[in-house]
Amino acid sequence: MNEAIGSSLIVIGVIFDFLGCLGLVRFPDVYTRLQASAKCVTLGTCGILFGLFLVKGFTATGVKALLCLVFILLTSPVSAHALAKGAYRSGVKPWEGTVVDQYGEDAAGKV
Amino acid sequence: MKNYRWAGGLVVLVILAGAILFCPVPLMLGWQSNFLARAFLCLLVSAALCFFRIFKGPTAPDRAVAVDMLGILIVGFCALLSIPTGRDWYIDIGIAWALQSFIGIMALSKYLEGKDFDE
Amino acid sequence: MIYKGLLFLLWFCVWLLLQWPPSVQYMVTGAFVSLLVSFFTADIFSSLYTKEEAPPAKGGGILSFFSRIFWFLCYVAVFLWECLMANIDVAWRVLHPGLPIRPGTLRLRTKLKSDIGLTFLANSITLTPGTTTIDIDKANGYIYVHVLALKEGCEKPEARQCLADRFERILERIFE
Repeated sequence: MNEAIGSSLIVIGVIFDFLGCLGLVRFPDVYTRLQASAKCVTLGTCGILFGLFLVKGFTATGVKALLCLVFILLTSPVSAHALAKGAYRSGVKPWEGTVVDQYGEDAAGKV
Repeated sequence: MKNYRWAGGLVVLVILAGAILFCPVPLMLGWQSNFLARAFLCLLVSAALCFFRIFKGPTAPDRAVAVDMLGILIVGFCALLSIPTGRDWYIDIGIAWALQSFIGIMALSKYLEGKDFDE
Repeated sequence: MIYKGLLFLLWFCVWLLLQWPPSVQYMVTGAFVSLLVSFFTADIFSSLYTKEEAPPAKGGGILSFFSRIFWFLCYVAVFLWECLMANIDVAWRVLHPGLPIRPGTLRLRTKLKSDIGLTFLANSITLTPGTTTIDIDKANGYIYVHVLALKEGCEKPEARQCLADRFERILERIFE
């Protein structure tokens, strides 16, 4: 039973990984690419790791998979945030279809 | 024009999915080997998409984003590898890779921001 | 001192999870290593801790502690649900032929003051429906957010709180 649920979680995770990377190719600028890939790839890899935990149970591999899941959930949003800030400070302009850019207005007023 | 490109992409995607689902796989170990081999193929295709963005990306932050995603994909790859081989040190490699790639991405984004490494 | 003890317990638990079937040899080595590490790294985290210690003096008591735990569990449940919905939403937008996105950066006002509350808020904003935190302006209490698909009418300057501030309401009860 656990093996069946774990296998289906692994399949869902792999599909989300693939969709995230497709978004990395399809979207028009850095920020939207970051959005699509950071969310989808993080959830996909977490699905794979949790499926691994369900397949293996409380063995060495399963517990390490849980630890790795916690690491990824903690570090991935932080690195996405840092990349977005770094991209904005390095002067990459948002896509021309952007509706509103309040951060750009405020940063221009401050510097 | 846009719709034609989308339809072409859909055709490529369907062909890829069929190839991944129905290609003959050499049996490795245990009952899971069949679907695990297909999961590996799917992850390889996503890694190829990341490499496409690394080579093509017009600016440096694009490439940095693609490298970040490639790191997380490799963690998933290591996790999957530990099922058919039955060796638990693959997941150790995954943990170490996750932490290393996090630190690397932080340093890279500080560099993009134009600051020193001590904030 | 009690802070160093807590840090030691945390590192020791991580060590035990890394060496899962616990044996005496590994536990002794782990205790030694985590003692060293907690001794050397306590200075880095302690400044954050002392700043954190001052405000939550108002409620106090065991009841406040349990209510915090309860709200933290609520937060985890809401967070997981929102995360799943966000991913399905983004996946649908990736596959759609017309690429239905309206990106933009917004300025949000927040009531949270503490560092750790702001960190949790920023991280959970990053993992929920089509939004990424770009910058935090702590002096004025603003958070700058990049939104993937903006709702109609949100780009006007008077529409401030368009995004769901469910998280903020829950996090306020935990950390403030």
